[in-house]
Amino acid sequence: MTSVIDVRHLEKRYGRYVAVEDVSFSVEPAEIFGILGPNGAGKTTTIECLQGLRHADGGELAVLGYDPRVNANRLRREVGSQLQESALPDRMKVWEALDLFSSFVPGGPPWESVMEQWGLSEKRSAKFGSLSGGQQQRLFVALAVVNGPRLVFFDEMTTGLDPVSRRVTWDLVRQVRDQGTTVVLVTHFMDEAEELCDRIAVIDDKRVVAVGTPAALIERYGGGVTVTFSTDAGDVGYLEQFDEVDAVEQTGRRVSVTGRGPLLAVVAAELVAHGEKPIDLAANRASLEDVFLTITGGGS
Amino acid sequence: MRSFVRLSWVNLKLFLREPLTVVFSFALPLIILFVLGGVFGNEVSQPVDGTVVFRGQGPMSYYVPAYVALVIASVCVISIPTHLAGDRERGVLKRFHASSVTSWTVAGAEMAVAFVVSTVSAAILLTAAWIAYDFEAPRSVPMVFGVVVILTVGFALFGIFLGSILPSARAAQAVGMLVWFVMLFLGGAGPPPEVMTGGMQTLADFTPLWHAVLMMQDAWLGLDAGLSWGVFIVIGAASALLGIRFLRWE
Repeated sequence: MTSVIDVRHLEKRYGRYVAVEDVSFSVEPAEIFGILGPNGAGKTTTIECLQGLRHADGGELAVLGYDPRVNANRLRREVGSQLQESALPDRMKVWEALDLFSSFVPGGPPWESVMEQWGLSEKRSAKFGSLSGGQQQRLFVALAVVNGPRLVFFDEMTTGLDPVSRRVTWDLVRQVRDQGTTVVLVTHFMDEAEELCDRIAVIDDKRVVAVGTPAALIERYGGGVTVTFSTDAGDVGYLEQFDEVDAVEQTGRRVSVTGRGPLLAVVAAELVAHGEKPIDLAANRASLEDVFLTITGGGS
Repeated sequence: MRSFVRLSWVNLKLFLREPLTVVFSFALPLIILFVLGGVFGNEVSQPVDGTVVFRGQGPMSYYVPAYVALVIASVCVISIPTHLAGDRERGVLKRFHASSVTSWTVAGAEMAVAFVVSTVSAAILLTAAWIAYDFEAPRSVPMVFGVVVILTVGFALFGIFLGSILPSARAAQAVGMLVWFVMLFLGGAGPPPEVMTGGMQTLADFTPLWHAVLMMQDAWLGLDAGLSWGVFIVIGAASALLGIRFLRWE
């Protein structure tokens, strides 16, 4: 199947300032693709070039088969988006916004059904300014899909939302994907990327520094797994015979096993085989956040 | 076309939900009408020291066409820039851009709203003036209507230009009001221009409203002030060029 987005060596400059230097990745149909990176890394510039809102200075771009530099208007009709820092007039009503945006791109589903589907019917005549943060996100998602797009961009959707609204928004994003729409999600929240994204591109200092599934990135950059437990059985040196185990450290009753791969399963099976059933057996795997800090050299 | 109609309709509704612009567009012209009507009445004044005031007309016959021009100016110079700059500030324009709305649609919708609001406001004003004063009916209704169209297009382009260069709704409102009040006092809709000092009159020559007022009075009263048409069209064309040059989505 052909990729929804294929971008090679994207470059964008503002005068002498380089906003994006070398960004390459591809996005496959019906996946949630995350673009992760620190502030100022070039995430927003990248997706605005892909939507044809900014003119890329270099590289090869194909989005839904179009070059955004040549067919920006055609392309914008087939994608949906929630742009960063993009609101609505406070006094605009929910139904007016849906009616208006559906009129921009004819051929989408009737806006009434979109309103129904995204649970906005009750708020039909509410003004934008009176909606809660979560309801506003719901409306933004509905507006992004009101033209029946094949591809949707969400830029920093959950910044400034409370934890409950964030989780509701995550569900909305999943629903969009479950309808067969490809989603590109820009975020700087690691938990959001780990929770939602099928694959992630990490952008740092204007270039892509890593691409992969969250699990693969953690495996590759996360620095292994540590399994800990307590025991009264004395020496557990027998754990060292396995390939997955790098080291076993024992301090009194506390045991710490470091290694890689399915370490927890190996240790658990062997302990049970030796008649040990520690109730505090636990594995500490690096989170995406640790990976992110490793890759981007953050904290330094 | 469907986008244009929908956007104009929504903008019109948003306009009517904004108290400040509603007051400026519908109430203030009426208040000024009754205050100045109370002061001057509508008797044709005798020349004072050889100076003919109110272009030789009754004060109300002079002011009513001037107020129609004033109403158009208030909608276009205060409301349009405030609305446009506010929409850009909040990212609404960027959202339109991402939905493939053209700048022509955005500008056209502003103009359409200005036209509807000006027409309604002028109708209210004329009804009130007709009930209260014995002012002159237009010599040529088609001419007056034509001038309304030209003034709306010209002032709206000026308003779009202001909205394009001013960074926020607050800045646009402040500048719009300043420009409007200066035009109100100097531009022929305030004190009779014949009693203003030479310096004030020179300044008035540079205000678009002064030329708009002359055009409207010419059409209404069958007078001819000459150059104003050309001057106003130049102002409109310059605003259009600058507005398109500086219009930003974000």
